[in-house]
Amino acid sequence: MFSAQQSCWFVRKVICWRAAASIAWAVLLLPPTTAAFIILSRFSILHPFQWISECLSLLTSASAIFSFILLGGVIIIVGFLNLEYYTVIPNIACSKIALLGQLLHPRQFLSSLVHCIMGIIVAWCCAVTIGGRYETLGYPCVESDGSPEMCLNEYHLVLLLAGAFVGFSHSLLGVIHNMNYVSFHTVQRYKYLRFKGSLPLVVKCSATQALYSVRNYIVIYFFLGYIPKTWMCKTLNLHLNSSLHSLDTIAGLLDLCLIYHLWISATFLLFTWYITLVLFRIFVTEVYSFPVQSSFTEDSHQCLPKVITEKQPMILKFLALQDLALLSQHAPLRRSEVFSLSQPGGHPHNWNAISKECLSLLSDLTQRLIVYHDTVATNGRAKPLSTGSERKTSSDTSVSGDDPFTPKSTPLMKTPASVFTRSVVGGPQSPLTAPFTPDLDSPFASPALRRLTAPVGQCSPWHDTVQSPHIMRRGPKLWSTSTDSHVNGSPQLSPASVPSPKQEVSKPSLLAQFLQNRKEQVKNFLAKRVLIMYLFNKLPEASSQALFADSQAHIWALEGLSYLVQASFSEDRFGVVQTTLPSILSSMLVLQEAVDRHFKLPHASSKPVRSSGTMGDCHYKTLRFALRATLKTAIYRITTTFGDHLSTVQMSAEHRKRLQQFLEYKE
Amino acid sequence: MCSLALFPPPLPSGHTTLCESNNELLSGASSEDHRLIQVSQNKLGINTAFLDHSETLWMRSAAAWRDGGFTGLLNEITNSHTEDIFQILKIWCTLALLQWVSSFHGSLFPHLTLSSEDMIAEFSQVLNWPDCVVRAFAWHPHTDKFAVALLDDSIKIYNPKSATTPTLKHRLQRSVAAVQWKPLCASALAVACQNCLLVWHVDPCSLSTRPSSGCAQVLSHPGHSPVTSIAWSPSGSLLVSASPMDTAMMVWDVAAENCVPLQRVGGGGVTFLSWSPDGSHVLASTPSLLFRVWETRMWTCERWPCVKGRCQSGCWSPDGSRLLFTVQGETVIYALTFTDAPGKVYTAAAVVADLSETTFNTQDGDITVGGEIQSLAWDPKGERLAVLLKGLVQSDRPPVIAVFKTRTSPIFELLPCGFVQGEPGAEPRLMQFHPNFQHGALLTVCWSTGRITHVPFYFLSAGVPHFGLNGSPSLPRPQERPSDFANQSLFTEMIS
Repeated sequence: MFSAQQSCWFVRKVICWRAAASIAWAVLLLPPTTAAFIILSRFSILHPFQWISECLSLLTSASAIFSFILLGGVIIIVGFLNLEYYTVIPNIACSKIALLGQLLHPRQFLSSLVHCIMGIIVAWCCAVTIGGRYETLGYPCVESDGSPEMCLNEYHLVLLLAGAFVGFSHSLLGVIHNMNYVSFHTVQRYKYLRFKGSLPLVVKCSATQALYSVRNYIVIYFFLGYIPKTWMCKTLNLHLNSSLHSLDTIAGLLDLCLIYHLWISATFLLFTWYITLVLFRIFVTEVYSFPVQSSFTEDSHQCLPKVITEKQPMILKFLALQDLALLSQHAPLRRSEVFSLSQPGGHPHNWNAISKECLSLLSDLTQRLIVYHDTVATNGRAKPLSTGSERKTSSDTSVSGDDPFTPKSTPLMKTPASVFTRSVVGGPQSPLTAPFTPDLDSPFASPALRRLTAPVGQCSPWHDTVQSPHIMRRGPKLWSTSTDSHVNGSPQLSPASVPSPKQEVSKPSLLAQFLQNRKEQVKNFLAKRVLIMYLFNKLPEASSQALFADSQAHIWALEGLSYLVQASFSEDRFGVVQTTLPSILSSMLVLQEAVDRHFKLPHASSKPVRSSGTMGDCHYKTLRFALRATLKTAIYRITTTFGDHLSTVQMSAEHRKRLQQFLEYKE
Repeated sequence: MCSLALFPPPLPSGHTTLCESNNELLSGASSEDHRLIQVSQNKLGINTAFLDHSETLWMRSAAAWRDGGFTGLLNEITNSHTEDIFQILKIWCTLALLQWVSSFHGSLFPHLTLSSEDMIAEFSQVLNWPDCVVRAFAWHPHTDKFAVALLDDSIKIYNPKSATTPTLKHRLQRSVAAVQWKPLCASALAVACQNCLLVWHVDPCSLSTRPSSGCAQVLSHPGHSPVTSIAWSPSGSLLVSASPMDTAMMVWDVAAENCVPLQRVGGGGVTFLSWSPDGSHVLASTPSLLFRVWETRMWTCERWPCVKGRCQSGCWSPDGSRLLFTVQGETVIYALTFTDAPGKVYTAAAVVADLSETTFNTQDGDITVGGEIQSLAWDPKGERLAVLLKGLVQSDRPPVIAVFKTRTSPIFELLPCGFVQGEPGAEPRLMQFHPNFQHGALLTVCWSTGRITHVPFYFLSAGVPHFGLNGSPSLPRPQERPSDFANQSLFTEMIS
């Protein structure tokens, strides 16, 4: 993934530097963190002067500097992993099996391994720093027969293994809580203030997470501790000191001092890693100001209208949309560039490119919602469609080409996955996890949904379904507004033409029917097994979250469009916005209808869940609510600005009726 | 500078102000033609329907902790008489230390020792909040409907176009300090309560008179209570809330229910918020001699220390370039100017009006008006400024509303307009301008009797160009007569 992105100027010139700056800051923050760790780990209330002087001498010792270099190396690796694994669109697992698939993915396995090793390194540094009984792995001891030997220092081993365990659990929890997801904030603040604001949360999270990890580790060590112990003894030819009692007993593990040291080491480890993550998030989501137009042609690919249409990398598109939303609100000078005409020719290229991209984003979301709504029956379960056979026939018809209805309107049914496919875009996933991404995993989900989320790279399955008359037919029936000629300029399907493709669809071939029956039988058989049900059952809300996973882009598109339209009322001298106003309004109204319908589905909760204080960003869980609110505000922004002038805008009767509701403040 | 001495004398008793027309305030003896709403003063809650029930101290303490927080718990324990003395002593000993620490903190910021009800009363924009029947009032920014929070903690929504008046009640909706409608939205109403913020979604098409509490979003943050002031951004995307107990001001993304605390050292809390109409600045006053003006792009702030007292109230000009504010303990209005132009830095606020006590000789005898200012309201066109004066009970100086005419361009000017008075015995408690009144400005006043009256000011707006259709007012066209005031010394801003 990384090599593929190298080609992009933005990643090379901006993202890499931002990541480097965040890593540099994280390394610079290491000395104070380490000092705090040393002071806390050697804490002794009875000898305060000795405690302080010991800490000071330790901070200046050679071993401290060596471990500091090691820790710096660990931070750099963590920073690189952040850069490599980050995503702006969260990867939401819709069932237990999908989550399992993500956890067992080779890429994830590699990351866990690296985290484990880094955990051991950090734990070794901690052991050296704490000193005392933790310092070395082996120590000279006298056996019962009186001969001097090297014995295994179990305290050291326990600490090292704790580091490995915490690193491993950190990487697993990272997948479960979507820790690699980078969200953008609505409130813009300077980096220092954002960092300062998030510091208490980082401390709290690392302390609590360390507590849980240490608890789990102690339980595991109690049962399985003898395995690494004997293995260590065997490979390093060390002996167990029989005079000391071993640590994998209740008495050995109930040592409060040991537990405190384990906890403080784990806290230190998690704190440094979380700080690196937080700094990376803050730096990478910083606003980047793209020029709207450039006087030099070689820079034109860096201008907003060009950048905003690019599919890859996602971070570039997101930052461009964020910049659009901000410029439309705050920058009158840059707005005037958006409304300006090209010098020879007098075309509003900037506005056309921007509005076209925003509108296509909105219509993509609308289509996605319609397909989802069609797939999910009103009772919240998948409809028992015989889609398998239907798909076959429909693809047949489209290939044969004699059907007049299907191929013409293909661009209308542009797949939602075409713009933001969770499984392909710069995320950490690779083809192996792709089949486990939303909804695919459930055997009870209908194939239409599968098609929805299928990676666009393997273009063929979707390509077939795109032309499916089945969906096309349903369009005008349920969603009279969805096939809107304003948006795409495609001919609208007349209701009269609907019955004709039905006959073709209604006679599936014998083989297909047989296969379908077998599939149903297998499904029924599997559905009775509890474990299978547990693994494959959909997590509540997850599919809804997955549907809106990339909605931050839509929110910005809505904000950008509505603010630009609002500003055009007084600033647009050439009237370039007027030409697109009908399509903007209609696409917003269609989306509004689709979103309303989605929220009326039984499983879609009407209120956001309160985010708990974890390091994993829960922003994606509330995106759909934010989108709903932004959409309404955007329409109101346009209607309050234009008021009664909107009556002169060309629009279908249904849209006019709906717009009237907004004009009367009744929505 | 403009002072009260230039004002026309107050009306004789028995007369009420009706409206402004032809550049003068008209009065009448009756109030038949007002649209008024009589609000019941009944504060009978559901609690009176139940008998007193004795619980153990622990149960009561837990309930007090849940309801009133730490101070509630302490009160509950100190007020308990029946339990055995040892138990109370034990708790006393454990809590004495904590109380000592909190009292030390309280000595730094005296307002922290107040109970939450007293704190709301202290910092509210409403005059005499605890016994005021109408505790908060809010016009919808786009349509002719408004919300009224009453003494019994319910909120009623009045809409001339619909027959139903929905009543909003919620378990957590107690001691409502402020309400505000979300801009660019038909339904969302934010309510500042004792322990949390509520955002109601009241469907304007619904016929239900009692929306369920499921229609309300509860926004709370530990340590952020009581909420005394809220402000929506004019673009409707963000909501800020303030609590005198919390040094951080919260910026809420309401749809996602998450918040960003904006923390600054100093001040000991935030009491009053006001978002400028252009969305670029937020005024945040603190309980100490300091207020801040936040810039909303990157959320940085300017500190403005006051000399005499805390900032009591403030309001913005429609273009967001000028802030008028008042300071507790002083009887003047200050102005601050904000410009985008770099290099022009203001280091002090200018005094634009003096409202110190002035005695008028009327036929009823001498009437003294003036004093400290409770709140300010500027109409959305920037042409009328209403000032609610606190008055003094002991010296027989009733609270009164003084209205100024204002002009913001080409230079900032304040001219006297007159006093707005109600029926005999009625004191103004709360006022707000209608956000989009066609024919001038409409001031809504809530009185101590529970009445709400609307006082229209008919004038032709100087700043807005008049179109043929909807620009002319329907009433007798008032004419500007600036020559009347030409010989008086008025405040005019020096253009430097």
